[in-house]
Amino acid sequence: MAFSHHIKRVPLLVAFIVGLSTSSAFAAGSLVTDISSHLISVTSDFTGADLLLFGAVRDDETFKTDRLGDIIIVVRGPQKDVTVRKKERVAGIWINTKSVELRKVPGFYASASNKPVNEITTSDTLDRLRIGPNRLVFQTDISNRKAADFKKAILRHRGEAELYTSEGPTVHFLGPSLFRTTIHFPANVPVGNYTAEFYLFQDKELISAQSSPLFIKKFGLGRQIFDFAQTYPTLHGIAAIIVALFAGWVASALFRKD
Amino acid sequence: MPVYLPIAEISVNLFLILGMGGAVGLLSGMFGVGGGFLMTPLLILIGIPPAVAVATGSNQLVAASVSGVLAHWRRGNVDFKMGTVLLIGGVAGSFLGAWLFAFLKSAGQVDLMISLSYVLFLGVIGGLMLIESVGALLRNRRGPAKRKKMHQHYWIHGLPFKMRFRKSKLYISALMPLGLGFLVGILSAIMGVGGGFVMVPAMIYLLGMPTSVVVGTSLFQIIFVTANVTLLHSITTQTVDVMLALLLMSSAVVGAQFGTRIGARMKGEQLRSLLALVVLVVCAKIALDLVLTPDDLYSLSILGDQS
Repeated sequence: MAFSHHIKRVPLLVAFIVGLSTSSAFAAGSLVTDISSHLISVTSDFTGADLLLFGAVRDDETFKTDRLGDIIIVVRGPQKDVTVRKKERVAGIWINTKSVELRKVPGFYASASNKPVNEITTSDTLDRLRIGPNRLVFQTDISNRKAADFKKAILRHRGEAELYTSEGPTVHFLGPSLFRTTIHFPANVPVGNYTAEFYLFQDKELISAQSSPLFIKKFGLGRQIFDFAQTYPTLHGIAAIIVALFAGWVASALFRKD
Repeated sequence: MPVYLPIAEISVNLFLILGMGGAVGLLSGMFGVGGGFLMTPLLILIGIPPAVAVATGSNQLVAASVSGVLAHWRRGNVDFKMGTVLLIGGVAGSFLGAWLFAFLKSAGQVDLMISLSYVLFLGVIGGLMLIESVGALLRNRRGPAKRKKMHQHYWIHGLPFKMRFRKSKLYISALMPLGLGFLVGILSAIMGVGGGFVMVPAMIYLLGMPTSVVVGTSLFQIIFVTANVTLLHSITTQTVDVMLALLLMSSAVVGAQFGTRIGARMKGEQLRSLLALVVLVVCAKIALDLVLTPDDLYSLSILGDQS
């Protein structure tokens, strides 16, 4: 069952990658990229993970000694709708008064580049590619001006939880074409389908882009418990009660004074 | 040592959870309250999502109460007849409470309602209990108090459907424990508590039950009410985290055993004044959180999947 879920996603992602790659396949420079692992397993001892994202800029003409361009790497997590509520003081106590629903909010966002992004490309391009948490765009039913504070609240909360990070210049070039960076996924990272996007710029122009899928999944006992709770909620509830009854009885029996 | 909780979806420190379970278990065994009014706020404090804290707390309470009841039962301190009548009211009340919870949740006001109910009930009950028990302690110190009348007659004694509860030495209308159970059932579902902190004083002061049977009988009915709440939350929100519940249980049941023993050695008035103090401290903390300006005025809640 878990496997069919896995396979279902793949064609979509492959189409996406091919689409991105082919558009730039004949450009002056192109990208070859990979991730140290495309799957992060969340098991019962999960405390977060670090992934190595690396690649090379290919240049078919000559071997140059200069760096072949600038790199921006973005990892985006699964998108969900989020309700943000604002508290106001009413009769002395703080009560949720206003709420705004923001759609397609990524649960995780991290970006890294080899130098400050403003030096790599124009701010129009950065806006278009949504580079950095501050450039993320969420859809709402109300005007942008009214929603601004609610969007900031998401960025603030996620930033504090280390779920939205803008690493700055942490992409390192090893020679003119090889580059690498490490992205940290904290313990509270949401499970789901992620994408890692690699952008190559030369003279402020986007030359090539690649996207790779990345999965964060629960495994082991935790996974089984989660699936059981989702699939058979009634049985799960009964099982939870039986476990509790048994635990109470065992403790009582152990401590029985004779 | 970190442990990843599959339903709460966060990683927590194993020893922190075990310590919390043990401490709350100790108090629960001493006072005959499930300890939910301490456990739920504590879980939320360490970062467990409130919905998971409420649901998992009730699951853990099942184990703590079973362990406590068995200890009291061996001493013959459980009035099963009274417990069953309370329970019928309690189960009915928890259905109404679960419905109310879902309604308030959709209105975005469930946190406020939880906090307000905590402040109201903990404040009133803690205050009354403190006044009464400190008064009793002072009287005892001054010398032997006058023996209370065996039968005090209020208007409630005129209610129909009278039943005899031998263990509690009472002959009262079944409507009283039924109504009390119903009220506490509503509270359990809304506040994620067993309701012992309401039940115990109500049994002593309203029903007039002897203190010795109150604790065991309260725990007896809490088992079933919290089991019902666990099931309801499991079905409607899938927020019962068995891993977290197991960790809390394993230390809470041990704590409860020690608590029961400490409780048995203490006088009723001492126990009640201590419980009153604990209740008032929790009440003050929650009241302060309502009144003080929060660190962040904005809060997030995640809706359905979009990926």
